[in-house]
Amino acid sequence: MFTTGAARGQGRSHAVRLAREGADVIAVDLCDQIGTVPYPMATPDDLVETVRQVEALGRRVVATQTDVRDGAAVQRALDDGVAQLGRLDIVLANAGVTSYSPAEELSEQMWDDVIDTCLSGVFRTARAAIPHLKANPDGGAMVLTSSTEGLKANQHMAHYTAAKHGVVGLTKVLALELAPHGIRVNSVHPTSVDTGMIHNEATYALFRPDLEPGEATRDDVGDPFQGLNTLPVRWVEPADITDAIVWLVSDAARYVTGIQLPVDAGATTQ
Amino acid sequence: MALTSNLEGKVAFITGAARGQGRSHAVRLAQEGADVIAVDLCAQIGSVAYPMATPEDLAQTAEEVEALDRRIVTRQADVRDMTALQAAVDDGIAELGAVDIVLANAGIAPQLNSDPHPDHEQAFRDVVEVNLFGVRNTVHAAVPSMIDKGQGGAIVLTSSTQGLTGRGGDGSGGMDGYAAAKHGVVGLMRTYANWLAQHRIRVNTVHPTGVSTPMIENDEMNAYMEANPGISAALENLMPVETVEPVDISNAIAWLVSDHARFVTGVALPVDAGFTAK
Repeated sequence: MFTTGAARGQGRSHAVRLAREGADVIAVDLCDQIGTVPYPMATPDDLVETVRQVEALGRRVVATQTDVRDGAAVQRALDDGVAQLGRLDIVLANAGVTSYSPAEELSEQMWDDVIDTCLSGVFRTARAAIPHLKANPDGGAMVLTSSTEGLKANQHMAHYTAAKHGVVGLTKVLALELAPHGIRVNSVHPTSVDTGMIHNEATYALFRPDLEPGEATRDDVGDPFQGLNTLPVRWVEPADITDAIVWLVSDAARYVTGIQLPVDAGATTQ
Repeated sequence: MALTSNLEGKVAFITGAARGQGRSHAVRLAQEGADVIAVDLCAQIGSVAYPMATPEDLAQTAEEVEALDRRIVTRQADVRDMTALQAAVDDGIAELGAVDIVLANAGIAPQLNSDPHPDHEQAFRDVVEVNLFGVRNTVHAAVPSMIDKGQGGAIVLTSSTQGLTGRGGDGSGGMDGYAAAKHGVVGLMRTYANWLAQHRIRVNTVHPTGVSTPMIENDEMNAYMEANPGISAALENLMPVETVEPVDISNAIAWLVSDHARFVTGVALPVDAGFTAK
């Protein structure tokens, strides 16, 4: 299996869980900061920890620091991984970033960074994988990580909402093009997930503008996060998204393709 | 990957359980450890052209569940009749305990335009009564016991690709009613998901494409498709399969009702070989 954004959070959860199910892993992550992203992104040490956890399960892993904004680099990382591991069955386009601003003040650079990672990066990931999946006599499965913002909107996230909606369109086109090759393509739509992408000062400031910058705690943002969901929970765990993906890529979902699967505690049914 | 749902100790209430998808769900959930309250009309409805399930079919479901060492309570009851349905659920609860899982699966496909003298109004009424009103009755018959138990739960309403598209529409009372009812089921699911979230009861729909069961594999449907190649072509799947198997829908449901989907609610889940993605 191939996953982007594998150094921590959902990507690590996917890599480790699928390794537990027997998969070898091609893991990529930027492991660096993007200037407009207002929270600390993953580090090389994070990716090393993912590798350690996969290897502890007795599975092989090929990990590289790769930027999904660079199509040639993605292709290289994947080709090299497949050369080492022998085949590709499962592709998880998971890497994503965000920043926050009203549309009127959203800079070109903020827009470009989010679109380039969350939409174009997903496209580059999928495109690089297609020949490898086609070469597989059993076909394969791709899951593109969208978001509740791929189905509804949140203020201050015009770029992220546009990118995640774009992922839905991409999912549907890929499903059409790849069905004859036995390759299924679906999207997942998480609500807030308990990772570094939501637990940071910038995100807390968005949810609690009434508090001084840096003052809000995890508990302070619990109620507004819970208000996004229908079930009485603040956020879900990375493992919950992984559980959905494990089902989607398994034979139990052999006739599921082209769908949008929310794992969102009812956020999009409000 | 072997996916397990671990439904040990759970009680599942399933309508339309005598055969087809309903039987498959009963057996699949029993494999995961659930006991079953199985309800089916086991009789004919006038505007339905194919033979509906029989008491022998329901007995066969019971036999297959019991062969897995799970308990099952079977009742012949009409989902259109709330009193009868409530009595069936209450009998099941008395024997097996409160309900954890509800599968509102019972449904009919009424006569199509192939019938030489279709009674469109009757066909429309029958399919809406069974496929929509029957779903409401099913949920309301079981939910009070789920709320009382206070352990949350999961409800899956069986809609259809016809709950998301109108592809293949032909203006017949049966087809109009089928698409309207299956779209209506999505509305029920959404309002129930909001109503029941406070009780940690999750509510979702599944949307099968054609499933190889007697509802679509029968002489009337075959003749209709042969006589209407345009509609037949419109109903082809994206993936190169004519139909999916009942167990494919059961596998989706086994996941939806399990803790693996503990935060999945309000979702319309197609299991449709790409039908709605076309």
